[in-house]
Amino acid sequence: MSVDTATVAKIASLARIKVSEQELEAMVPELNGILAWVEQLGEVDVTGIEPMTAVIPNTLRLRDDVIDADPLTGGNKRDAVLANAPAAEHGFFGVPKVIE
Amino acid sequence: MTDLTELGVAAIRDGVAKGDFTAVEVAEAFNANVAAAQEALNAFIVATPEAAIEAAKATDAKRTAGEALGKMGGVPIGMKDLFATVGVQTTAASHILEGFKPEYESTVSQKLWDAGAGMLGKLNLDQFAMGSSNETSYFGNVISPWKRNDGGNAALAPGGSSGGSSAAVSARLCPAATGTDTGGSIRQPAAFTGITGIKPTYGRCSRWGVVAFASSLDQAGPMARDTRDCAIMLEAMAGFDPKDATSLDMAVPEWEANLSADMKGKKVGIPREYRMDGMDEDVAKSWDQGIEWLKDAGAEIVEISLPHTKYALPAYYIIAPAEASSNLARYDGVRYGLRDLPDGANLQDMYAATRAAGFGAEVKRRILIGTYVLSAGFYDAYYTQAQKVRTLISHDFKNAFTECDVILAPTAPSAAFALGENVDDPLKMYLNDVFAVPASLAGLPAMSVPAGLNREGLPLGLQIIGQAFDEQGVLNAGLAIEQRAGFTAKPEKWW
Repeated sequence: MSVDTATVAKIASLARIKVSEQELEAMVPELNGILAWVEQLGEVDVTGIEPMTAVIPNTLRLRDDVIDADPLTGGNKRDAVLANAPAAEHGFFGVPKVIE
Repeated sequence: MTDLTELGVAAIRDGVAKGDFTAVEVAEAFNANVAAAQEALNAFIVATPEAAIEAAKATDAKRTAGEALGKMGGVPIGMKDLFATVGVQTTAASHILEGFKPEYESTVSQKLWDAGAGMLGKLNLDQFAMGSSNETSYFGNVISPWKRNDGGNAALAPGGSSGGSSAAVSARLCPAATGTDTGGSIRQPAAFTGITGIKPTYGRCSRWGVVAFASSLDQAGPMARDTRDCAIMLEAMAGFDPKDATSLDMAVPEWEANLSADMKGKKVGIPREYRMDGMDEDVAKSWDQGIEWLKDAGAEIVEISLPHTKYALPAYYIIAPAEASSNLARYDGVRYGLRDLPDGANLQDMYAATRAAGFGAEVKRRILIGTYVLSAGFYDAYYTQAQKVRTLISHDFKNAFTECDVILAPTAPSAAFALGENVDDPLKMYLNDVFAVPASLAGLPAMSVPAGLNREGLPLGLQIIGQAFDEQGVLNAGLAIEQRAGFTAKPEKWW
């Protein structure tokens, strides 16, 4: 399978990365080179093989269902959460207008 | 007085404990080396000399008070800039995180501070740990302290992604540094610079507070001058963390106390698929030499087969970008980091502009590949197929370990290359990790130890891969090689 300019533009849009026409032109052969190379995986016989889900067998744990079980990640952290926001306003994350 | 910056972790820890020198003297000596090398090597993104002194003072005060100093008491280290450090800029070498000062500390760095270590600074790396030469950092290339012996002055790659860590340790800017390894990012840079580094079993070190690249592969580990130093530092870094869902709930073994270079009764597997056509002559020679060293240490050598080896790299370049495209979706210009808001832009435009301005070319390339292989219609053909191949690679290792205790292989297909040599061809760059990636895909512990110099006077590393949870077996084989290699070469100071 290979990609064309329109497909790369679509992927870039899905990934929310703005790309110029020029960048698109450069990316198409690069991505096709990588995709052609990974194609070789198709020749591996995987009949009856399960896809990997965990390299080291482990069980998912549940933490105790209590408020602020870990004070570090618990509540009342508004200022810390907003400390690195590029546009924090009135205790919220500021974003451009979403609703017209 | 001896040059304190020639000392490693064990020597500093023991010297401080005995009172041969103070922790502050050690920190001052390394701070001076960091400052003097910054312009030439660019190993650090931010130096934190005050933090190093402050931690050293705390250690010296504890000693005066007769308290225990901790596993890393008085040892200043470099911290890869992928670990969140409270109040100290954490960037993953990206523009999108420039200026980000975490409100929390990563579990691994906190454990190191709790063990008595101090921070010399945040080390440069490939952007979001994506690269094998440290040429994708927004903050400039790291320059290896090593030079070829051909009289030329070519600037060489320190390896990647932990290139700041490898350059800093080999240039004596720090006795040890943290690294992270997703597909060879500890082992390949260690090999390129003549130092030692180990990636433990997946889950040994907490990923909490480590900027995520590919979560099913990312694993932190130490980079230092020798095996003992790695064992000490890994003990300080490892351990169960309820904040990481894939953290191993197991006690941390006493790796240092149990070090033994006696390989009697051990079987060392030599994978035939790793002996590839056109293999670099010096790399092949150093591998043969490693086999002789382990025989000399008492080990029995057995040939093994890892039949799916050639598919590891292409599987990795589907799985890692797929996970990266998901992990890096969090950089949106809203919650932290860069925001690019063009005039009249709506929310979607802002996301796209921010990510276009904030990510480098290699990061964008991997996000796009990842987005493509996860997209509807292609998911099974690429991603599911790659995860099935990953299962087969893991089976290969399980089968091999019924015949041997550890596996010996080269770390990288070549010695360090010149900066700029591979940047135009992503596939050529990816091939650097051909020997490192299989162990990553299987979550196994693997380390690189220096084996000698090639004909150009550059270090070559040997890789030891062990069974899950058997870091001890890996470290012991590493020690056996280290004692026989007698590697004492270091870069001649030109910076």
